[in-house]
Amino acid sequence: MTATVDKPAGKPGRRPPGLVPGRDPLRVGRFSGVWRPRTVVVMAVTAAVLVLGAALNIGRGEFPIGVGDVLATLFGGGDPAQQFIVLDLRLPRTLTGALVGGALAVSGAILQALARNPLAAPDIIGITMGASAAAVGVIVLGSGVSAFAVIAGSVGLPIAALLGGLITATLIYLLAWRKGVQGFRLVLVGIGMNAILYALVNWLLIAAQVYEAARAQVWLNGSLNARGWEHVVPVGIALAVLVPAALVLAHLLGALQYNDETARSLGVRVDGGRTALLAVAVGLAAIATASAGPIAFVALVSPQIAQRLVGASRPPIGASLLIGATLVVLSDLLARTAFGTAELPVGVVTAVLGAPYLLYLLVRHGREARV
Amino acid sequence: MRSRRITGLLLLAVLLVVVCLASIAVGAKAIPLDHVWTALFSPTGTEDDVVVRSLRIPRTVLGLLAGAALGLAGALMQGHTRNPLADPGLLGVNAGAAFLVVVGIYVFGIGSLTGYVWFAFAGALGASVAVFLLGSTGRAGATPVTLAVAGAAVSALLFGLTSAVILTDVRTLDAYRFWNVGSLAGRDPVIAAQVAPFILVGALIALATAPALNALSLGDDVAKSLGHSVTRTRVLGVIAITLLAGAATAACGPIAFLGLIVPHVVRSFTGPDHRWLLPASALSGAVLLLTADVVGRVVARPGELQVGIVLALIGAPFFIALVRRKKLAQL
Repeated sequence: MTATVDKPAGKPGRRPPGLVPGRDPLRVGRFSGVWRPRTVVVMAVTAAVLVLGAALNIGRGEFPIGVGDVLATLFGGGDPAQQFIVLDLRLPRTLTGALVGGALAVSGAILQALARNPLAAPDIIGITMGASAAAVGVIVLGSGVSAFAVIAGSVGLPIAALLGGLITATLIYLLAWRKGVQGFRLVLVGIGMNAILYALVNWLLIAAQVYEAARAQVWLNGSLNARGWEHVVPVGIALAVLVPAALVLAHLLGALQYNDETARSLGVRVDGGRTALLAVAVGLAAIATASAGPIAFVALVSPQIAQRLVGASRPPIGASLLIGATLVVLSDLLARTAFGTAELPVGVVTAVLGAPYLLYLLVRHGREARV
Repeated sequence: MRSRRITGLLLLAVLLVVVCLASIAVGAKAIPLDHVWTALFSPTGTEDDVVVRSLRIPRTVLGLLAGAALGLAGALMQGHTRNPLADPGLLGVNAGAAFLVVVGIYVFGIGSLTGYVWFAFAGALGASVAVFLLGSTGRAGATPVTLAVAGAAVSALLFGLTSAVILTDVRTLDAYRFWNVGSLAGRDPVIAAQVAPFILVGALIALATAPALNALSLGDDVAKSLGHSVTRTRVLGVIAITLLAGAATAACGPIAFLGLIVPHVVRSFTGPDHRWLLPASALSGAVLLLTADVVGRVVARPGELQVGIVLALIGAPFFIALVRRKKLAQL
């Protein structure tokens, strides 16, 4: 099996089926896709920035290590002290950040394409808020002596957040179900759910002591503090399963961009496909939020940045994944080092870093985004 | 359709009167309706008269103004961005107001609600001007999509900065978390008087641009060929939204969700015609906000639940039921 790039056929009328006009096909064995040089360049550059940012982030700290040494250690070299610091202490944090960022970005890309709306994201349709409500509940009520506190104490914060996200998503899906699930109705039900949960979170914050409120506020902003391998593994497994699923299902998004009748006539099982895509998006968002809290705006901003960089007609999955990962890793680097000894939650910095970049792209391209 | 619209508007007007009376009568001290009547028209200085005239009426007036403003701003926002997910906060109004309020607390040590008003209003104005300028740099000017994306990005930036401040300073967080839920309680009567002119001007601009907004909803090109200036309509729309939502947020804190659901509810009986949609949204917004406020005073006696929280807890299930039942009128 070798990857080949065919030259375009000489006459337009004799193109093999499945070819996009003006694009070369890319064939790997039995599978074929469209060769998009710009996407490949963007992804390669982003991946390079990601690796560099991760190495810088791992290198910074009380015991600084140079980028070259970090990279050498990651690939098996380095002395035992460096190996301990890099592999056991600092790598899990950066890796959690990258995986969580990627998961959120893919989740956002799927939801934005499904809803055909650049504002759709797991933050807005209540999935993240479900996880947050559960977590804030555990923080605020968990210190009491009620039955809830006992349950909350034994379940733990990440599991509670994961359950909160999944239960919320299931409720939204069931409430939006009317002989099938329509993207528009689902998003509106999600917004309603989001409002209820947001009110609950705010009520909990007011009912709480101010120091519990401050602790909850830190969680609500997303943090990568003290993340170890036990945080990396769940997100890693989720990404390993769900991202390939997203890539396989991605071709449905093209058809689902039209109305349901058109999509059906193109041979797409509309309800099944949409449900599968939603399940992937929800799973990614819920697990990411359980690992690092609701890191804000990654899911909203990354797909939009990726779409503008690649020049696509809808948020691209692969490029969004890399952009999301890079955004979170760079934000973590800034959050840890830019403010002296005070360390900000990474969620604050993603917004301050990602939003201006999106605005810059918006202004520079000055063209209408098509979602 | 026409008779349905008129019936709907009349029903809303009746509801509004009922809710206003309830808002004056219900509270920590229940006041019988005949006492409300005498307090309104022939006060004699009894305890009930004082409560009604100095506490309940200012609160009801503020609720009326803020509810109407947010309902109207929501309908305008969804009309201009042609996006059913747009709420008045999308222009950055809430984020800008929150940011400057936090700056006011943190830098200048402002601690009173009356002191926040001008900070909040300035923040709302600044943010929405920035969003509009950033969203209209392209060749096509401010399109619905660039406005929405620019609004989301500016809001994200400002909320990030706000969080950065409240996370580093517990004292600011303590003051901010109470402003942030949105409430009609404890507002000085002066506040309603301060924001009323802005809301009135905003409402007039909004209603005057309704026919042009109808044309815009057919697409910018069609609107142009019908003789409407797209840029002028959009600039006026942004001014109106900023005045309405900015003033309401300055007075009550960010009240989420109201501006988002009201237009969806109203569209189910007015259809998409903005000449009907806008006034009906203003009425429904006032009814909803006052209802939530009254419920909030009753459910958590002797204290009360903030209107923003009640609004979401009773408004959202209602909204979900509506979304499920009706075939929603799309934008």
